[in-house]
Amino acid sequence: MSYSVTEPSRRQKWFAGVLVVLYALITILPLVWIIATSFKTPSDAIAYPPKTFFTPTVEGYVNVFTTRTRLTEEQLQAVGEPQTWYDRLVRKDGLVISGPSRFAERFTNSVIIGFGSTILCIVLGTAAAYAFSRFKVPLKDDLMFFILSTRMMPPIAVAIPIFLMFRSLGLSDTHAGMILLYTAVNLSLSVWLLKGFIDEIPIEYEEAALIDGYTRFQAFYKVVLPQAATGIASTAIFCLIFAWNEYAFAVLLTSGNAQTAPPFIPTIIGVSGQDWPAVAAGATLFLVPVMVFTILLRKHLLRGITFGAVRK
Amino acid sequence: MAQIRIQNVRKEFGAFTAVRSSTFTIEDGEFFMLLGPSGCGKTTTLRMMAGLELPTSGEIFIDGEEVGMKPASKRDIAFVFQMFALYPHMNVRKNISYPLVSQGMKRDDVKTRVAEVARILKIENILDRPVGGLSGGDRQRVALGRAIVRRPKAFFMDEPLGALDAEFREHMAEELRALHDRMGATTVYVTHDQLEAMQMGDKIVVMNHGVVEQFGKPQQIYDWPATKFVAQFIGSPPMNFLEFEGMIGIGGKSVDLGEARIEVPAAREGRAGKLTLGVRPEHVRFVTESAYRGRVSAVEYLGTTQIVTLRSSHGDLKARIPSDQFVREDELVGLEFDPRTLSVFDAETGKVLRSDANDGVLGHG
Repeated sequence: MSYSVTEPSRRQKWFAGVLVVLYALITILPLVWIIATSFKTPSDAIAYPPKTFFTPTVEGYVNVFTTRTRLTEEQLQAVGEPQTWYDRLVRKDGLVISGPSRFAERFTNSVIIGFGSTILCIVLGTAAAYAFSRFKVPLKDDLMFFILSTRMMPPIAVAIPIFLMFRSLGLSDTHAGMILLYTAVNLSLSVWLLKGFIDEIPIEYEEAALIDGYTRFQAFYKVVLPQAATGIASTAIFCLIFAWNEYAFAVLLTSGNAQTAPPFIPTIIGVSGQDWPAVAAGATLFLVPVMVFTILLRKHLLRGITFGAVRK
Repeated sequence: MAQIRIQNVRKEFGAFTAVRSSTFTIEDGEFFMLLGPSGCGKTTTLRMMAGLELPTSGEIFIDGEEVGMKPASKRDIAFVFQMFALYPHMNVRKNISYPLVSQGMKRDDVKTRVAEVARILKIENILDRPVGGLSGGDRQRVALGRAIVRRPKAFFMDEPLGALDAEFREHMAEELRALHDRMGATTVYVTHDQLEAMQMGDKIVVMNHGVVEQFGKPQQIYDWPATKFVAQFIGSPPMNFLEFEGMIGIGGKSVDLGEARIEVPAAREGRAGKLTLGVRPEHVRFVTESAYRGRVSAVEYLGTTQIVTLRSSHGDLKARIPSDQFVREDELVGLEFDPRTLSVFDAETGKVLRSDANDGVLGHG
């Protein structure tokens, strides 16, 4: 390995620092704007010039979770005084909450499908990668290439055949169908990534465990898996991010029962006028799980856990 | 503790034969060296004994029981890897106790055993440290600890000192030998370092190209190599070979190298044609009167001795002589070989011809 041993000059450091800050601003600003918008009133959200400072409200969040009906004065009187803080919040606009929206449901679908396919991908991927890494598999290289080749075409290119297959198999608009689909798309990436990580784990660890009296499976479970944690964590993040954000297949293959959040969020806008804060609230909430997941696994991404135990 | 017997063991990897029909016996309590250059099949042989590879054919007996097809976990042996292979996600104590935990040993007993092993290896102070930050020697001790804690039937070590610094290796070799003497366990040790093998081993097997070349005590192998390969591989500088055309009959006590008649131990096997005379550098003496002469081409000073490289009519040779003996480069000197120490090889097959001197130590392997 070659690397520069010259210390960068003060000016180079400063320049690099400025670049990083600029880049951070460019990437973070849209996020900040979305989060800010989610706390605005609809009129603040579309105000011109745009408002950087405003009185925050959680109206967007209330709206994203509820459906509301406009009532006449008499009807409002008949309903009586609003009982809760969120009732009062919508009553300002002459609305009453008529029921929960489907956001929570869609969000739950996203969680089930996203994490479901991620778990499946990791389980299958680790098993396949381990086998490819450690055992004599006939046609190993061809099989690995085949696995990779499934990703050579954008998945959406086969949307129509998949749509037809799903319809005849009864998988349309089911959780199982979406989990299968995302797993199928992600699995090749997961096998390749994990094989790389498992290849890096010296086989002596397992052999030591075998000699210490453990079975092959125990050696895999107790020695290889902890070593592969870093790889598994980063692979899981990749898989989750894809499944979580996937939009095109979700639009095509789900409509009610198994619809995920991405196709649902844009529909919020049409419920009562252009409710940008509600859309922003939906988007903000949608970001949270992936962020939490990534932050939780961050230490695995950064830590080289096999460091120093084997001398190379 | 156990005797280990290898019978006609063969290992093929596809078209490549790593080990060809090896047979030898390791006696109970022996410190046994598997010696050879890299790729000679020594590690494969060891791994077959340990159960990390399955033999293509042949039998392996540990303690009288045929174990060839048994998984490693069922053989009751311990293995020390060159790279130590300490579990990196566990601390020292857990690493050492891991083999005991697999046996389902009670926690208190595990504790006692680990403490005992730590005392033997003098690593009590690092028991709760993660293995990541340990020095090479400490890692080596932990790996040994993990091996001895089980009190297995036999220890297998695959170049365990290979990853250590030269300076420390010496020290660790002594420690290892002392540990073996104390525990008396059968130990099979793989190395490519002939010095290490001679220094530590009770017995040595020399392997080359998957074949056992010779089997015996270090001194027997050094003094009476069975093949030219062994003669070259063991000893530094290696045995000198003087190539000549000639003959020796049964009972013959000399060979003729050109004009010079050189005395050798009485032959028990005759041969005519291309032969090789083998002489260790320390058995070459400089004399004024000799029919066999050589010209000095280089002198290396090594402190107490010096290595003199000579050009002779039958090939280059090196002599180890006391360093106070004065030699000039380009000088023509008479050479005398200690007749009791010479070996005659068949140059075609590379095998030594049996003589009164070596007959007792050959015939193994």
